[in-house]
Amino acid sequence: MDKTRSRAPRAKRRLGSSPLGIALTAPYTAYVLVVFVIPFGVGVWMAFHDYFFTAPGVAVPHPFVGFDNFTAVLGEADTRRAFANLGLFMAINIPLTVVLALVLASALNAATRWRGFFRMAYYVPYVTASVATLAVWLFLFNGSGAVNNVLGSWAPEPSWLANKGLVMPLIAVYVTWKQLGFYILLYLAALQNVPKELHEAALTDGAGPLQAFRAVTLPAVRPVTSLVVLLSIITAGQIFTEPFLLTGGGPSGASLTPALLVYQRGIEQGEPDAAAAIGLILVTGVLIIATVARRLTERD
Amino acid sequence: MARTLRILRYAALGLGAVAALLPFYYMVIGALQKKHDATLGGLLPVPSRLTLDNLTGIDDSFSLVRALTNSLIMTAGVMACTLVLGLLAGYALAILRFRGRAAVFALVLLVQAIPFQLLMIPLYVMVVRYFGLADSYAGMILPFAVNSVAVLIFRQYFLQIPREIFDAARMDGASELRILRSVAVPLVRPAILTAMLVTFIGPWNEFLWPFLVTKDQDMQPLAVSLANFSQANSTFEANPMGAVLAGACVLAVPAVVLFLLFQRHFTSANLGSAIKG
Repeated sequence: MDKTRSRAPRAKRRLGSSPLGIALTAPYTAYVLVVFVIPFGVGVWMAFHDYFFTAPGVAVPHPFVGFDNFTAVLGEADTRRAFANLGLFMAINIPLTVVLALVLASALNAATRWRGFFRMAYYVPYVTASVATLAVWLFLFNGSGAVNNVLGSWAPEPSWLANKGLVMPLIAVYVTWKQLGFYILLYLAALQNVPKELHEAALTDGAGPLQAFRAVTLPAVRPVTSLVVLLSIITAGQIFTEPFLLTGGGPSGASLTPALLVYQRGIEQGEPDAAAAIGLILVTGVLIIATVARRLTERD
Repeated sequence: MARTLRILRYAALGLGAVAALLPFYYMVIGALQKKHDATLGGLLPVPSRLTLDNLTGIDDSFSLVRALTNSLIMTAGVMACTLVLGLLAGYALAILRFRGRAAVFALVLLVQAIPFQLLMIPLYVMVVRYFGLADSYAGMILPFAVNSVAVLIFRQYFLQIPREIFDAARMDGASELRILRSVAVPLVRPAILTAMLVTFIGPWNEFLWPFLVTKDQDMQPLAVSLANFSQANSTFEANPMGAVLAGACVLAVPAVVLFLLFQRHFTSANLGSAIKG
C-alpha cells in the first residue's frame, strides 16, 4: 500500500495526471501510424529505391538508387504533360472558384428572400458522389450530348471531351461547380461577421457599391480567400476521378493528371517506385505553390 | 441604383442555383427516360415517355442490392470505428492530462495534411499484398476507419462541457471510464450526430480506394460498380444512359436526403476536409 502510494507521484510525473488518456488515445495513435505515418515513410523510401512487385514471400533486394526514379519520370513526356495539365487546371479553377464563391456569397449575404433555398442549391453538388455527378456531365458533354444539341452548329469540333484544348478547362469548370458550395459557405460565415455599418459608412461617404466592396468587404474576407486558395490547390493536386471516368486521360494525354499518372504507373503498369517518385514530386510541387499562394494572398 | 443592384443580385443567385441544380434535373429525367433523347424536348417531363424500367436495366449487369449493401457495410464500418475510437481520443484530448497529449493532437492535425496521392501506392501494397485484405470489407474500410475531423469535432464539444461536471462526478467516486460513458457521451449527443453525418458522406461517395482494392464485383460498393458499369455498358444495354443515370440517382439520393434533412449540421466549421470523392 505504502509502496504504491510512493510510486504514484513518480508515475504521475512520467505519465501525466490521467495516464488513462494514453490508453484511450492508443487505438487512434496506432491507427494513424499504420495507415498514415508508415505508408508515408514507405512511399518516400520507394521513391529512392528500385522497387517492384514480386510474388508474395519472395525476398528480393531493393537497392538504393538515389534520384534515378525522379530523373527517369521527369524525362518522360507523359509526366511533363500531366504537370502542365495540372498547371492549366489551377490557372482556370482557382480564380474561377474565388470569384464565383465571393460573388455568390456576397449576393446571398445581402439577399433577404430565399436564402435557405440558394444555400441548399449551391451545396447539393458538394455532397453528391463524384461518380454520380460525373455520369451526368459525361452525358451532357459527349459528342451527341445535350449541350451540343443546344449549341447546334456552334458545338465545338472535335467535341468537348475529345478536344485537346477543351477537355482540361471542362474538368476545371466541373471541379469548380462541384466544390463551389463549400467555399460559398466559408465566405458567407466571414461576411456575416463584417459589420453592416462599415459598409453603410462607405456608401454614405460617397463610395459606389463596387468601391465599398473593394474597400470594406475584400479586406475583411482576406483570410477566407487565403484558405479557399489553399484548399483549391490541395484539391487540384488530387484530381483523379474526373479524368479517369470522363476521358481516361485522353485525348492523347490532354487530360492526364499527376494523380492519374500515379495510378497508371503504380498499379496498372506495376512500377510503384516510379509512381512514388511522381507522387513525391506532386506533393512537393503542391506544397511550394501553396506556400507562394499563401504569401501572395495574405500580403496587404 | 439600389433597385438595379437588387435585381442583379437575384439574377446572379438565380443563375447560380440553376447551374448548380440543372445537372441534377438531368440526372433524374435521364434516369426516367424510356428512350435516350438528348434533344431539348427530351428534357421536358412528359409522363408518357417516362419509366422506372432503367433501374431494373442496371440490375441485369450487377446486383444493385448487393452493391448498396456493400456501400452500406463500408460506410457503417467507418462510422462505427470513428464513433468508438474518435470518442475515446476526443475525450482524452479534451479532458485528460497525460504524457504525449500534445503529440497526439499534433498527429490529428498532421493526418489532414498528408496527401492521399503519396499514400495510395504504399497503402495499396500494404493492404493488398502484406495484409491480404483485397476484396474484403476490412481492406475497404481501413484508410477511412477513423475520421480525424470527427475527432476534432468530439474534442471541441467535450471542451465546452463545464469542468465542474466532471469534478463532481469524480467526487462521487465515478471512474474515468464511467464518467466518459455516463456523463460525457450523453452530453455531446449533438456532436455525435454531426460527426456521423460528416463521416457518412466520405466513404459513401468514395471511389478511388474501393476501386483499387475490390476486383470481385460482389464486393464492390455502388460507386465502384456504377463507374465500371458506365465505362462498359454501351454494348448490351437498351438505354445505357437511362441505366447509368438511374444508378447515379440511387448513389446520390442517400447523401442528398441526409443533407436536406440535417442541413444545419453541415456548417463550414464541421466539414473541413471531411468530404472527398
